Amino acid sequence: MKPSTKTILIPVGSIVAALILNAAIIALTGRDPVAVFRKMLGTTLASPYGQGQVLFRMTTLVCTGLAVALPFRLRLFNIGAQGQLILGAFAAALTGAMLPEGLWPALTITLPILAAMTAGALWGALAGVLKTAFGVSEVISTIMLNFIAEGIAGYLLTRHFALASTVHTAPIRAAAEIPTFWNLAGWFRSSPANLSLLLALLAALLFYLLIFKSRFGFEMRSAGLRPEAAARAGINPAMHALTAMALGGAAAGLAAANLVLGYKHFYEAGMVGQAGFTGIAAALLAGAHPLWVTVSAGFLALLEYGGLAVNAYVPKDIFMVMEAVTILLVVSFSALGAGKR
Amino acid sequence: MASPSAPVKAAVELRDLTMRFREVTAVRNADLTVREGSIHAIAGENGAGKSTLVKVIAGLLRPTAGTLSIRGEERSFSSAREAIRAGIGMVHQHFMLVGELTAAENIMLGFEQASLLSPFPKRKVRAMVSECAQSYGLEVDPDALCRELSVGEEQRLELLKLLIRNASIMILDEPTAVLTPQETEKLFQTLRALAAGGRTVILITHKLDEVLSVADTVSVMQKGRIVGTMPTAGVSRRQLAEMMVGRGVSLEVANPPHSPGETVLEARNLGLKTAKGAEKLSRLSFCVKAGEIYGIAGVEGNGQSELLGLLAGHRPPSSRIEGELLLEGVPIQGLTAQGITARGVSHVPEDRLRDAVVPEFPVSMNLVLGRHREAAFRFGPGFSREAIERNTAQLVPEFDIRVSAPDRQPLSSLSGGNQQKVVVAREMTRPGIRLLILAQPTRGVDIGAIESIHRKIIEARDRGTAILLVSSELEELTALSSRIGCIYRGTIRHEFNAPETEAGRRRGHQFHKEIGQHIT
Repeated sequence: MKPSTKTILIPVGSIVAALILNAAIIALTGRDPVAVFRKMLGTTLASPYGQGQVLFRMTTLVCTGLAVALPFRLRLFNIGAQGQLILGAFAAALTGAMLPEGLWPALTITLPILAAMTAGALWGALAGVLKTAFGVSEVISTIMLNFIAEGIAGYLLTRHFALASTVHTAPIRAAAEIPTFWNLAGWFRSSPANLSLLLALLAALLFYLLIFKSRFGFEMRSAGLRPEAAARAGINPAMHALTAMALGGAAAGLAAANLVLGYKHFYEAGMVGQAGFTGIAAALLAGAHPLWVTVSAGFLALLEYGGLAVNAYVPKDIFMVMEAVTILLVVSFSALGAGKR
Repeated sequence: MASPSAPVKAAVELRDLTMRFREVTAVRNADLTVREGSIHAIAGENGAGKSTLVKVIAGLLRPTAGTLSIRGEERSFSSAREAIRAGIGMVHQHFMLVGELTAAENIMLGFEQASLLSPFPKRKVRAMVSECAQSYGLEVDPDALCRELSVGEEQRLELLKLLIRNASIMILDEPTAVLTPQETEKLFQTLRALAAGGRTVILITHKLDEVLSVADTVSVMQKGRIVGTMPTAGVSRRQLAEMMVGRGVSLEVANPPHSPGETVLEARNLGLKTAKGAEKLSRLSFCVKAGEIYGIAGVEGNGQSELLGLLAGHRPPSSRIEGELLLEGVPIQGLTAQGITARGVSHVPEDRLRDAVVPEFPVSMNLVLGRHREAAFRFGPGFSREAIERNTAQLVPEFDIRVSAPDRQPLSSLSGGNQQKVVVAREMTRPGIRLLILAQPTRGVDIGAIESIHRKIIEARDRGTAILLVSSELEELTALSSRIGCIYRGTIRHEFNAPETEAGRRRGHQFHKEIGQHIT
């Protein structure tokens, strides 16, 4: 089989397998799977609001997917997109609220985004330092850093920054809000899909160029594939591990533009949901290719919103099972594909 | 197992066998008959299809077309396990052993003489292993941990594995590539004994001396075809070489006289002690001048790797270094790999797959790996595609790299010899090169490639590059070197000066014997 056919066949095969298995699960709960799937498509792709919801979720998942995909090229498994995103969202909300009124509008939008990316990058780099300086497995450190990030954000929110009798921070300046497509052009009827989508797609394109077209990416891929040969070629694998983790964290932080600046306009506990973890699935499904991450993020967003939309027919828990089953199948199939090479 | 007294028949028979991978046809219409109880060598250049051919016999690959018969019975193996059951065993070029298990445990791995969950019958297995080892003269300590064994012992272990599984057809892929001359001789004795006992041995090699000294029959492969099968009695080395490459080759490279210049590299009383206190190098001194090739002869494990490591900027952790290593008068012990390279030092490392290439990358990118920061290849933050294409278009023909689409084909699709040519091409054409360090530059490389690599080495020398050549092939050392240092236990024990080496080139075998005395 040609490698190009295989790269397509593995994700498609795993999705088909997941659909079949999911249909069986739905049938076991006593519903008609075909009707449920039809309902799911009807409420997502067939309605402008549903389309917007899918795009909104996709924006976040592109960012967290990239956060996993880039370090993956260096054989680093970043489980920490969740924590990086939480701190990013918190930083974006605080910065957006504290900026002086009447600041140049372009700065009012970019500064919170940069703050979010910086916070995510630092959190990612921390795992990178632990790895390169002390040899701590990035898998373990990023999992732990997720808990720490959640704790820090929770503490700061409830003890210092939450508005009285609420569980969220002060709203950001109106000038820092990223407009939705609905407000701007009347697309995707009152859905939260906003211009951050373009930022996320741009990030995917930049990551693609960085990895596959730049000398820096050439060094990175060399270090990931053959660390010994890379070191001999004067490439510093530790430096690349560090920057990859930092860039990954920055991508996760970028999702805050969508969630905070484009949608909620403040930070509240639990607002990022499981986006950091779903990002792992997005990256794996895409074979850690930045451009394919946009496609896999779109698919997972469809599944996620579709699950919410048919909540009345199929319990949400079952949809959580289905999503997890899909991810599990994707990971197993990709491992199978890699092993057969 | 067939009894040795049965009439001589075919152990393995291939009829019109073809093996195709995607666009590449690795084996084309091969007909082959291997007599029972014989040692049958399959010779050919790297990439000629030898490994593919035997992998079909060992059940690792399924032929695209044609038939495979084992002892007159047509077979189609769907896995190596089936082939093993049919009495076919293979020792791969890279051993399949688990370092953390003992020799006996490795032998029984996948062939445990116990049911699941019942304890491993240690005593029984040890008795079996030692009995088998003794009867074939394959000494291995059954209780030794595998990672502590030498390469020769590991190979004996692999052979024992096959014997205990009762393999009557044994396939060995380049078995001598990693062995010392003594170990090689020992292996050959074993193989002869096995053949005399009725087993069939199929031996892949590209070393002609080995073919002639151990095999009964030889089949020569060239570009996927079997171009001839003949008894080794009455065939000359030259005839075989010509069949392999399809043209007359000179096994000796022209080595015209030359005049060395200034000293480029100098080691002064170099010493290296590891953290555990083992003395890897001690009072090692030599120098390499511009425009000369300094050869280092020695049995592996006498400090060559440590010396090469220091020259590549790799210092074993918490080791102690004494003495000086000077490049054009400047000490280089403390420099990083990049720092040393920046001073005009090029390396062709011993383990090219691990240290010199990224096999997943296309050939064109491997031709710039480590040189990718050179201004010529840059275009903004990326690469100048044009410059890389130009570099590829220049080096591929100049170094005779056999590749059809260098900008798309991954390096891993090339044969070992051509992979090595890629590394040599890249390292030799580095701008501002002062010192070229070659470690086993032609190991695992076929004759045609050896010839062209040797010619390139002489050319580089004539351009005034200082060359340090570390090789375990004495023929290569004498053919190329201007002077030869014999390394033994971390020190240069004896040095043959230029006139001695020059004279040695003509004395051939006698000179090798002389070198041999200084390295053992």
